[in-house]
Parts: sequence; structure tokens; C-alpha cells
Amino acid sequence: MGDVLVFAEHQHGKFPKTTLVAFAAGKDAATKYGGACHAVVLGTGTDALANEAAAYGMQTVFQVENPKLEHYLADAYTAALAELVKAKGIETVIATATAMGKDLTPRLAARLNAPLGADISEINADGTVMRAMYAGNVFATLKLAGTTRVISVRATAFEAATKDGAGKIEKVSVTLAEGALTMQFVGLEEMKSDRPVLTEARIVVSGGRGLKNGENFKTVLEPLVDELGAAMGASRAAVDAGFVPNDLQVGQTGKVVAPELYIAVGLSGAIQHLAGMKDSKVIVAINKDAEAPIFQVADYGLVADLFKAVPEMKEAVHKLKS
Amino acid sequence: MKILATVKRVPDPETSIKVKPDGSGIVTDNVKWVINPFDEIAIEEALRIKEKVAGSEVVLVSIGGNAAPNDVKEQLRTGLAMGADGAILVVTDAALEPLVVARALAKLVETEKPDLVVMGKQAIDDDSNAAGQMLAELLGWPQATFASKVELSGDQKSATVIREVDGGLETLRFPLPGIVTADLRLNEPRYASLPGIMKARKKELKEIPIGDLEKAGLDVSGRTQLVKMEPPPKRQAGKLVESVDQLVELLHTEAKVI
Ligand SMILES: Cc1cc2nc3c(=O)[nH]c(=O)nc-3n(C[C@H](O)[C@H](O)[C@H](O)COP(=O)(O)OP(=O)(O)OC[C@H]3O[C@@H](n4cnc5c(N)ncnc54)[C@H](O)[C@@H]3O)c2cc1C
Ligand SMILES: Nc1ncnc2c1ncn2[C@@H]1O[C@H](COP(=O)(O)O)[C@@H](O)[C@H]1O
Repeated sequence: MGDVLVFAEHQHGKFPKTTLVAFAAGKDAATKYGGACHAVVLGTGTDALANEAAAYGMQTVFQVENPKLEHYLADAYTAALAELVKAKGIETVIATATAMGKDLTPRLAARLNAPLGADISEINADGTVMRAMYAGNVFATLKLAGTTRVISVRATAFEAATKDGAGKIEKVSVTLAEGALTMQFVGLEEMKSDRPVLTEARIVVSGGRGLKNGENFKTVLEPLVDELGAAMGASRAAVDAGFVPNDLQVGQTGKVVAPELYIAVGLSGAIQHLAGMKDSKVIVAINKDAEAPIFQVADYGLVADLFKAVPEMKEAVHKLKS
Repeated sequence: MKILATVKRVPDPETSIKVKPDGSGIVTDNVKWVINPFDEIAIEEALRIKEKVAGSEVVLVSIGGNAAPNDVKEQLRTGLAMGADGAILVVTDAALEPLVVARALAKLVETEKPDLVVMGKQAIDDDSNAAGQMLAELLGWPQATFASKVELSGDQKSATVIREVDGGLETLRFPLPGIVTADLRLNEPRYASLPGIMKARKKELKEIPIGDLEKAGLDVSGRTQLVKMEPPPKRQAGKLVESVDQLVELLHTEAKVI
């Protein structure tokens, strides 16, 4: 009873770290609700993925192969998951609050007429969950009614799962009604980068409007980013101004990150930005304005002109390593 | 084309939010209220489509109060002043969860029969990011969330939408009617002009008691229940360092992160 189903999002035949977080959250939920933790892999050509999910200690991995599921589409994925949930008596569905998870879980909750716990940071045995609201200004405890529930978890709130088991794999087929599915995948323009993924990196260096233009991101910030082997992030202002692509935005409406080290450069630390990085272990701020709010959350603050400080820091880190 | 654009009244994003001592909600004294920023973007997008497609109509819809301190009419008037043609307010003082909002919107869709519903991707108060997806499911319609570009086919029978996803930009296509939720970079919302504000006074703002929708079958019972709100744990401010060298030294020896 109380069985949990983890939606195992994958990209390019791999599970990103955010999916390992979902496995961990699923196991946590299963322990608290007193059930087993299963996972579901949707798509085509997913044998290796199904095996891998089983190795993360998922008791049963439901492998749903169907050409209509080759690309993620909210209508088809919702239909497939809802059918599986009903067939297998699942009580709790868990996904990570990635762009896909956020797109999918509300639709699934509506389909199941189930309560949704969106972007939650804590799952409790009493059926309550905790989540941030108002750009992280409020933590709310919510009770999810009934026994069927859908939860998306905040990727920074759980450790990634480790391989600790060997579950079984069950191939399941679903009936995807032809007329009901009208969404069509046209293409994905991927932002390619050799750097670590923003949501997986141990160190993140983010730039703000203080960088002044995209060129300075390249010539001033990137050398430090690469010296540290870090991922690059940005404020909304920097993205809006076109300095860097949208997928680098950190914050309330961008990505949520919690690396070991977060270095904020030339960004003021608006509440909407803090909402996406406040849980980082160590925060460093470099800003020429001593009054900038970012200093209120920084463990180490340096009041300085970034155009001088950032190249110096790159050199100092380089020296330290050699 | 008939387009519905959804409007939620939320605290201005610049307002500092405090939790009431009893944890039942936020302190609303001295809060400035605005249209949810993402909904402003949604209204703007609806207006741009109307400007392109002759004979189009934009109707604003909201579920909320009609008296202080939660008078959504203020926000609807602003949207009308931006250029929307009319507005419908489903009147209730209850704070409704996204699923109930979506059910109420679905009722309005039944009667209004729009070709497109444009919504914000998230309300910046509850930060749920859910109502649009839920409405799409309740109607059995396609959805394109986190939109950064919306293009209609020449015959207005289908939409092609670029979405901001984790790894970049995804393109989706679907037949209308459908739901689009706006991301930050979809457009830059216009300000209401003075003539716009004058004209807005004459536009229709229809109020429907939520009870009327209940009589027509709306279920207002939620599936979640707020137990309590609390302020987030406070992060200790650290120290200022004098130089880059000192910073790097401390990160190495004290924080041990590089
Ligand atoms: C609905 C909504 C959602 C939002 N979501 C997000 C979000 O997800 N993420 C996000 O980041 N923002 C978000 N914002 C925007 C947020 O409110 C701020 O406007 C934004 O974060 C500011 O970006 P910034 O710090 O780069 O720019 P600014 O606030 O302009 O700060 C620039 C900083 O650079 C410093 N500086 C300038 N020159 C130098 C120099 N030479 N050396 C050192 N320092 C220098 C300045 O002192 C200043 O502090 C959102 C806003 C709204 C309304
Ligand atoms: N009470 C409401 N009235 C009208 N629209 C709403 C309401 N609540 C939410 N919405 C719409 O749904 C979007 C997503 O809200 P949420 O799911 O609460 O984050 C918002 O941007 C609004 O467009």
C-alpha cells in the first residue's frame, strides 16, 4: 500500500542529476508512506535506462515504449501516466520540478483529480508537504487530501540517489487514444556548452547586469568560470538584456541551484534571484555597491569593481592550483 | 479570434512579504497590489494577436474579490485600459488553489468559447505554476507552457509556440483551441495610456458570483489545505573581505570549497 511512482525524466539516453533526485525523493516518500518505490521510463529505445533505474533501487521499473512517447508531450505523457497509475494502484507520483516536471505534474494531477504538491522541499509522513511561496519569502505547509497525490520536488531539496538495489523491469503498454492527442513536437534548439550543467555543478559563477554586455561575460567572467571548472549562471536582467541565453537564469522563475560554492558577480541580489540560490552552501558576492542586498546572504563579500576583481580572482585561483 | 487572458491580483514583486504571527497568511497592510507580472505579459500577447487578426476580441477573466482589500476590479480596469475589450470577474473571497481556479476557468470557457486562453506561467504569490496546465487537462486541450514566442497559422487554426525549457528552446505545434502560458521573455507589456484609461471606464466588467458557477456544476472543494505559513530560515550574513587574495585564501582554507 502507499506505493510511489517516480517519473524518470531522461535526456539523450541518460538520467540527469535531477532525475536521481526524484529517485531519492521517491524512496523517501515510500518510506514515510509505507509503500514500495517504483519508477516509470517513457519513450522509445529505453532498455538501458530501465536497467539503470532498477539499479537505483526502484522496486519495479515500468517501461512504457510507444512511438507517440518519443518526445515529451504533455498530453501523451499525461495519458500514459494516468493509465499506469490506475492500473498499478499507485498512490503517489513524484517528479522533479524541472521544466518538464512543472509542465507535466499539474496536468496529471488534474487528470487524476488529485492534490498537487508543486516544487516541494519536504515530504512528511502525516501527508503534509512543505513548499516555498512568494519568491521564497514564505514557507508553507500543505496537507494533501486523499490517498492519490502528485508531487514535484525541488531539485536542491534532496540528495541524488545512489545505486543500491536491483529492481525488476516490467514492460507495460498503454492505449494512447488517437484523437485525444493533438500536440506535436517540432524541434528543440539546445544550448550546447562544454561546461558543467547549471543544476549539477559543484561551483556556479553567476553574472548580472553589472557585466554590462555579452562580450564581458565572455572575456571577463568566463575565464574565472573555467578556471574553477564551474557552471555559469545569470540574473534575469542579464538574460533579458540578451547577454546570455535564457537557460542560464537563476531565480524564482528560472533555475534553482544549491552548489557548494555560488559566486555572484555584479548582480544586486533581488529577492527573485535569491529564491534560486539562497540554499547554496557558500555564497560569495562581488559588487561595487556595499549596500547591494546580495551581501546580506553572502558568506564572503568583496566590495570591488568586478572588472578588476574578477581577472585578479582568476589569477589567484590559478596560482592556488599550481 | 476570441482570446481569454487570465488575471490574478498579487502583491507587487517589490513588496517585502511578512507572514502573520499566527501563520494563517501574509500581512496585507501596506501591500501594493498589481496584476501578476506574468499575466501582464499574457494580456500583452493577447492584444498583439488581436492587433494582427482582424475582428479579434480579448476578454480578461479573473477569480477573486470585488471589494477591498481584495478588489480585483482595479487590476481588471488596468487590463482594460491596456486595450482588452471586456472583463469577467468570478467573485469569491476564498483563496482558491490552482485546481479550483482551473475548474472555474473551464466553466467560463464553456460559455465564452474562446479560440485561445493566454495565462501567466505562474502566479508570483503561490508560485504554483499549475493553473494553465490544469485548465488544459480539464478541457482536453493542448498546452504550451513557458512560451517565449507564439505564432498563429494564417488561417488561425493552429499555433506554433517556442517554449523556454531546461536545455534551451523547444518548438511545439497544435490545433486551436489551446492554452498558452507566458514566460518572461514573450514580450514587453505596454503601459495603459491616458485615452486607454478613459475608454476602459466604458468597457464592460461583468461580475459573476461564484455561486452561479456552482449551480452550473462547479466544484469549489480543494484537494490541498494550508496548514501554516512561516518565514524562511534566515541565512547568516557573513563577512566582508579586503582583497581578492584574502577571498581566495578563505575559500581555500576556511570554507574549503576551492
Ligand atoms: C515576476 C518576476 C520574476 C523575476 N524572476 C527573476 C529570476 O528568476 N531571476 C532573477 O535573477 N531575477 C528575476 N527577476 C528580476 C529581479 O527582480 C531583478 O530585477 C534582477 O535580478 C536584477 O538583475 P541584476 O542583479 O543583474 O541587475 P541590477 O539589479 O541592475 O544589479 C546590477 C548590480 O551590479 C553592480 N555593478 C554594476 N557595475 C559593477 C561593477 N563594475 N563591478 C561590480 N559590481 C557592479 C551594481 O552595484 C548592482 O548591484 C524577476 C522579477 C520579476 C518581477
Ligand atoms: N484567481 C485567479 N484568477 C485568474 N487567473 C488566475 C488565478 N489564479 C491563477 N491564475 C492564472 O494562472 C496562472 C498560474 O497560476 P498558479 O498556478 O497559481 O501559479 C497565473 O499566472 C494566472 O494567469
